[in-house]
Amino acid sequence: MSLDFNSPAFEVIRNEKKCIQCKVCVRQCSNKVHSYDDEDNVIYSDDIKCVNCHRCVVLCPTRALVIKKYPLEFRENANWTGAVLDEIYKQSQTGGVLLSSMGNPKSFPIYWDKMLLNASQVTNPSIDPLREPMETKVMIGRKPEKLEFDAKGKLLTKMPPQVELSVPIMFSAMSYGSISRNAHESLAKAATELGICYNTGEGGLNRDFYKYGKNTIVQVASGRFGVHKEYLNAGAAIEIKIGQGAKPGIGGHLPGRKVGEDVSATRMIPVGSDAISPAPHHDIYSIEDLRQLIFSLKEATNYGKPVFVKIAAVHNSAAIASGIVRAGADAIVIDGFRGGTGAAPTRVRDNVGIPIELALAAIDQRLREEEIRNEVSLIIAGSIRNSADVVKAVALGADAVYIGSAAVAALGCHLCRSCSTGKCNWGIATQEPELVKRLNPDIMYKRLVNLISAWNHEIQELLGGMGINAIDSLRGNRLMLRGIDLNEKELEILGIKYAGE
Amino acid sequence: MKTIDALNVYYRDLNSSIDEVVKTDKTINLKNVFGQRYIGRGLPENVKLKIYGTPGNDMAAYMDGAELEIFGNGQDAVGNTMNCGRVIVHGSCGDTLGYAMRGGEIYVEGDVGYRVGIHMKEYKEMKPIIVAGGKAGEFLGEYMAGGAIILLGLNLSKGENITGRFCGTGMHGGVIYLNGNEDKYKFGKEAVKVDITNEDILFLKKHIGFYEKTFQKDLNHLKLESFSKYAAVNKNPYSNMYCTY
Repeated sequence: MSLDFNSPAFEVIRNEKKCIQCKVCVRQCSNKVHSYDDEDNVIYSDDIKCVNCHRCVVLCPTRALVIKKYPLEFRENANWTGAVLDEIYKQSQTGGVLLSSMGNPKSFPIYWDKMLLNASQVTNPSIDPLREPMETKVMIGRKPEKLEFDAKGKLLTKMPPQVELSVPIMFSAMSYGSISRNAHESLAKAATELGICYNTGEGGLNRDFYKYGKNTIVQVASGRFGVHKEYLNAGAAIEIKIGQGAKPGIGGHLPGRKVGEDVSATRMIPVGSDAISPAPHHDIYSIEDLRQLIFSLKEATNYGKPVFVKIAAVHNSAAIASGIVRAGADAIVIDGFRGGTGAAPTRVRDNVGIPIELALAAIDQRLREEEIRNEVSLIIAGSIRNSADVVKAVALGADAVYIGSAAVAALGCHLCRSCSTGKCNWGIATQEPELVKRLNPDIMYKRLVNLISAWNHEIQELLGGMGINAIDSLRGNRLMLRGIDLNEKELEILGIKYAGE
Repeated sequence: MKTIDALNVYYRDLNSSIDEVVKTDKTINLKNVFGQRYIGRGLPENVKLKIYGTPGNDMAAYMDGAELEIFGNGQDAVGNTMNCGRVIVHGSCGDTLGYAMRGGEIYVEGDVGYRVGIHMKEYKEMKPIIVAGGKAGEFLGEYMAGGAIILLGLNLSKGENITGRFCGTGMHGGVIYLNGNEDKYKFGKEAVKVDITNEDILFLKKHIGFYEKTFQKDLNHLKLESFSKYAAVNKNPYSNMYCTY
């Protein structure tokens, strides 16, 4: 192959005065950036291999390392930027489809940051959650049109199956294969301790994790990896994956090199075989077909588990969501265009789909207009970054949110966006045993527990400030939101007023 | 043996009454079946259903060891994500037969529809098998990752083909046996014709033998050594398609 035109993305700067040649950086870097020269007793760093994951920086005992953006500049050009050229160099060299990891990093508007919450002043006094009861529990599932009671007040209506969440937050679908066993176990343990759920993703459920079943959502995607009767009955709910925010219209593809013994046993495919789940479920070409799959899952679980249907937020999500409700789903999951991924074609990730805030508002509105909003729970995903995003999502109409990127960040992810290489130095997006063992689930799950507990406190504070003492009372309460820096169309879609109105 | 009359019984009630009967009686006759879905879904080993009539879609979905014998035609998605067990259809079947099946056997006396055996996969001793006596529609064995499909092409009319186009597209495991030759253009680039071995012939003998016995046909005239065998080019068909960035 001819000359590689790409220049390094990052520069590794080592403070020689601070470096004690302890070689921690050499041992820790799976990308082999650092190398020790014993003749000169110096550590060299090869910038071009660096993905800026901060592993060496964080572990360096003398803080001798800093990673910076590579200072090389192209001649200034607002159109042909360095990033654009680098992509052309890469593709002209390899002939490959550009593959990226994590969510869309482009500078599209973040509507969460353009919505402001209300608080009570004088009238309808605010509530102090430290000293007064505050409910953040939610029930996910189909709700009956009305409730009937007997003379003694006993409920006569047979309730459809529900999933109880202590906080309206779950961990998004990340398959075992895309993330490591230890990352999976951290999510499972944390979900159990928190009284929420994590999601298996489409890669099946390892036998060792069946014990976390009550706090597990099992996923069914087009490849049906590891899907069997026991699996379907192992979790608290079943999620049909139609689409993913990071790659709407595109399927999943776990390369064979990530399918070792344990992943193979979980997915029930041979070691080393690619795990391909294309975008279409070829048994679903219509809402009626979707209904057939939903009810096959209900039949296989004796109608005991809620069935979620997950779609990517796209242009006509509202109409599709209406169809999903009518197809009999108990919950709809909508994944916005900033949703994370282990690997997605860059062009798809960065150009397909719509922001979750707009999709959520449009879907909630449509389902209300059709008077079917009560029949289904709405769960959203696609870059929920903090507790304020959660509260705004609930006010826009969500029952609960999924977090993926925030959850892996709690486990050490520094968003270097190199998941697809399988060399994650933090032991998250890798199957290499020596990297996986860096993440100790017994210790790391507590970081997830900390994160969600902290968010729960913040949610309670924000609710209390609004004079609301139950998250259920906030759902779809868009009067609690005001827009800032938004045009009229955006306000109309979000269904909110401008600040000051 | 217990008989259930399915006439005008809603599928949900029919399936729960099968569950109920299975607790005491493992062999059941279903009479007057007319389009009820999900019959046999998730049923375990040792359960035997004889089905008379026309069962609806998703028969034997997630089935886990039971044996279903259908005296009539199957509809779409028979054996969807089936884990193990056996389905025998004295008739023809519709589309997506054996979607993502991981184990067990499906024998269809006649023809099968589009996208049959797609996503079939194998794991260790679990190797799913589909045998169909007639022809198949397009996309046979698409994304196939394991197991075997045997197509006998019996009773084809003159000029009629044993399979449609896009056979084995995206195939990355498993094998497809066709009676006779099929034009290369009908196969996706991920599938390749390979030589038939003595082991293949023994395998074909075994399953075609079962077909003969079950459907009471004499297939001595079939020349097993002239069957065509197609397999995946490799198990990582798209490994060079991407460049990480």
